[in-house]
Amino acid sequence: MRIGVITYPGTLDDRDAQRAIRLAGGTPVPLWHADDDLKKVDAVVLPGGFSYGDYLRCGAIAAKAPATKEVIKKAQQGLPVLGICNGFQVLVESHLLPGGLIRNEHQHFICRDQKLRVENNQTDWTNLFEKDEEIIIPLKNGEGGYIATDDTIKMLEEENRVVFRYLELNPNGSMNDIAGLTNERGNVVGLMPHPEHAVEPGFGPDTAVATRSGIDGLKFFQSALKALVNS
Amino acid sequence: MFKNKNQPSGVDTVENAKSEPDKDQPWKELGLKQDEYESIKEILGRRPTSSELAMYSVMWSEHCSYKSSKIYLRQFGEKVTPEMKKHLMVGMGENAGVVDIGEGLAVTFKVESHNHPSYIEPFQGAATGVGGIVRDILSMGARPVAVMDQLRFGAPQDPDTTRVVHGVVDGISFYGNCLGLPNIGGETVFDKVYQGNPLVNALSIGALKHEDLQLAKATNPGDLVILFGARTGADGIGGVSVLASETFGDEGPTKRPAVQVGDPFAEKVLIECCLELFHAGVVAGIQDLGGAGISCATSELASNGGKGMKIQLKNVLLRDESLTPEEILMSESQERMCAVVPKKKLKDFEKIVNKWEVEYSVLGEVIDEDRLYIDWGHEEIVNVPPRTVAHDGPVYDRPVEYPKYQDALNADSSSKLKRAETEAAAQLMELISSPNHADKSWITNQYDKYVMGNTALAMPDDGGMMRISEETGLGVALATDANGKYCYLDPYEGARQALAEAYRNVAVTGAAPRAVTNCLNFGSPENPEVMWQFKQATAGLADACQELGIPVTGGNVSFYNQTGETAIYPTPVVGVLGVIDDVARRVPSGWQDDGNNIYLLGTTYDELDGSAWAKDLHNHLGGRPPKVDLQKEKELASLLYGATQQGLIEAAHDVSEGGLGIAILEASLRFNVGARIWLTELMERDGVNLTAALFSESQSRVIVSVGREDDVKFQALCEARGVPVLRIGVTDKENQAVDIQGVAKLDLAAIRGAWAGVLPGLY
Amino acid sequence: MPKIIVEIMPKQDLLDPQGKAVANALVRGGNKDISGVRIGKRIELHFDREVTEKDIEEAKKQAKEFLSNDVIEDVVAVTVEN
Repeated sequence: MRIGVITYPGTLDDRDAQRAIRLAGGTPVPLWHADDDLKKVDAVVLPGGFSYGDYLRCGAIAAKAPATKEVIKKAQQGLPVLGICNGFQVLVESHLLPGGLIRNEHQHFICRDQKLRVENNQTDWTNLFEKDEEIIIPLKNGEGGYIATDDTIKMLEEENRVVFRYLELNPNGSMNDIAGLTNERGNVVGLMPHPEHAVEPGFGPDTAVATRSGIDGLKFFQSALKALVNS
Repeated sequence: MFKNKNQPSGVDTVENAKSEPDKDQPWKELGLKQDEYESIKEILGRRPTSSELAMYSVMWSEHCSYKSSKIYLRQFGEKVTPEMKKHLMVGMGENAGVVDIGEGLAVTFKVESHNHPSYIEPFQGAATGVGGIVRDILSMGARPVAVMDQLRFGAPQDPDTTRVVHGVVDGISFYGNCLGLPNIGGETVFDKVYQGNPLVNALSIGALKHEDLQLAKATNPGDLVILFGARTGADGIGGVSVLASETFGDEGPTKRPAVQVGDPFAEKVLIECCLELFHAGVVAGIQDLGGAGISCATSELASNGGKGMKIQLKNVLLRDESLTPEEILMSESQERMCAVVPKKKLKDFEKIVNKWEVEYSVLGEVIDEDRLYIDWGHEEIVNVPPRTVAHDGPVYDRPVEYPKYQDALNADSSSKLKRAETEAAAQLMELISSPNHADKSWITNQYDKYVMGNTALAMPDDGGMMRISEETGLGVALATDANGKYCYLDPYEGARQALAEAYRNVAVTGAAPRAVTNCLNFGSPENPEVMWQFKQATAGLADACQELGIPVTGGNVSFYNQTGETAIYPTPVVGVLGVIDDVARRVPSGWQDDGNNIYLLGTTYDELDGSAWAKDLHNHLGGRPPKVDLQKEKELASLLYGATQQGLIEAAHDVSEGGLGIAILEASLRFNVGARIWLTELMERDGVNLTAALFSESQSRVIVSVGREDDVKFQALCEARGVPVLRIGVTDKENQAVDIQGVAKLDLAAIRGAWAGVLPGLY
Repeated sequence: MPKIIVEIMPKQDLLDPQGKAVANALVRGGNKDISGVRIGKRIELHFDREVTEKDIEEAKKQAKEFLSNDVIEDVVAVTVEN
């Protein structure tokens, strides 16, 4: 299974996302923002970083890139798409997911090992989790406060489209502790925390067992592979 | 201004310099001394043009020329044995030293100061400090892989400290995070001596394959000199406005900013662009632009290659068309690089920079002549031997004087301070909740430590560790240290201690120390007492490197860190790089398993002078700093290396500031696992009282936790290596407490509360 | 230099953390009568020629579709300065 990872100018976690795909058993395919050829990949990851320096608004300029336009088109036809952090911001700016992401309430960038609850395990990127499973993956953002109109929030909650919720501490002031969302169809998922940083023992978050041994992020990518096999 | 090609533009040309030899020049305002100005005239055989004056003044400044420190820095090169140089691929003098780590891989690392700009404009000062050191690393051909920062702030409660802390931390966070470089460690110290002179040192480390090494030299005549990256603007050229006023006659000095503004996005793109250029083999030499901008890049590239250059300054792409030639030469605009590119590779070069949407312009070419010519349109404004600008600046042997206060300071021992043993527990709690020992995660949580996915250790562990090879797990560890208080009491011993501690902090992670970098922060070199401190500290560091057998690969000197007559404590920040064959063997700084034995390695002496106990609890600083025995440090490091190779150690934590008491609390807080501790045997064996047992800062000590199954092996190893070892406790997962028998049972939640709330409360 | 100026503000009913932080600082600094602060953006589109009606129409379109995000922001003014 080939999963594409788009690199925009200013993307930072593209190599990490590629590694995560590899460790999950997939084949990572680097994609370049200026190229509208998605190289026939089976799924796409929009990685974290500061595309175009986060200028104008986070993800706004990347949302206009030729590769993104292709992703939008294919996503509407069911292509599994995962947007991580800046990638989530791109998804929101592309209107594949509703709402917006603004400066953290406390005004600082924050990097921490974040506990989340998996609220929806029916998406292409979460099907290997238990419902309500609690996981820890790193979070690192300056503009991760999720906001939307009351109607949108209500709709998201009613349709079970909140995929992840922050537990114990809301790190950025997100409404309803929302950490991640999906679209109606469940093929597009966006979240602020970084599953690709919790895929390899020794380089993930600390756990109760050993230093930096957390690999809860791996299931995101394995879920996508499973979804692709089943489809 | 005249635009016509045949009419003079109003700039000061070489022609003018010859025809108006007696023109008054603002050399003094540019920071040159009379004799320096005279020697420029002697070199050129005429007065310099205003552009030449600009170049010489900035390149001969303390910051660029190391004129006061050069005679002392030489010993880092002299006190080195061939054995020490075994792994050194590039030593001092280049943008950064390069160290072979095996498997065909190398790393380059360096620490640099950005102190003064960070006081004037903390956010941009700190941000561009990160940007500058990263470009140094990049210009060696390496991919930057991590950063660290060494910070010294004023009194924690002072309102101006809040301004500086917020600005500096935001600046580092903004720039480093946006570049995608994990921040894996550093230091934060508060002391009112740094009130008007905060220290912002930034360290970066990069990785490269041996064959990717790049050097900053122009050796082939005919090669093109290309400036690329951000456009040149009026950044950091406040100082040259005296020249601008001269050029513009009556219009008065132009208002130019004294600070630089950084754009990390531009730098990130520049990094990827440069790496692609290196791998495509289109670059013959490369230099980053930092202080002194184009003046520095052109003269150094030419001088390093033993060649010359012919440059058309009008080809520089500008952000602001009103810049004068002098300003263009001195501009410190960030995110720029200067490459030397063979003509036949120009097409390949263009293809890559265009892909990354990076702007570039060809400034000129390398010539087979010992001359740097710079033209402004059709007029010649610079005509100098490049070496005289870049490398043959003035060298001073400044007066040195033993400080008048020194004897009284050393005589004022902490032994007069009351040791209330019944208050030991309260003192320990007070110390752990003092800003210097409190939780620093309010700062470090603002930095990305995960990006790149290779971080094996980061704060709060003693050293940062990065995996360099994903195939084999080969990695490097890095730690930096400097205790300004010790250095103030005894700069020679203090510098040795800084090295010893950084060396130890690398050793506790499981890596073998291999190379050294430094950033020497001092007061004014024109003060003979400061110069004495500098002389002592550099000698101490060079001697200690020789004794430990690890070479200095490069570094930086920052003078004039003083407010009025008051200098900062001498603060020689020392960074040690270690190599580990597989980062999977790394050791964290806290225990996690239940029932493991806790051992103290090393001997405790009654050494409380200059300690946190004396300074932070009693506001006393005097006496003699703890003794450093480097032979013991070596034995300890070799023991730790042996034990980690066999996987005998669960956790290891350096005992340093705050003593054993603080070390135990930190090791417990790391994973929230408590301990039962007994100190009576230690007090008996080493002949110290409880206060010394808990708070002495004796060197060459480490606490380790060892699983019971490995106990016999571990003790035997200690015995074989001759390292004193004493069991002082056992880890305890059940009781959420640190129970120091005969002292107090301290609840972990209470310790955490006292420790974690301090910085968020202040800032 | 002729220019079109686009002014963008965060939506009235949404949290503006920057504005909130600045307001708190102002009040702490003694400006007790300031009841709130909101921080927006001013974007200048520069032209080397006269600005036409068509330019303004295009600018309004871009202001709505690209320069602002209508989920979180409002375009409050598009004006011309010749």
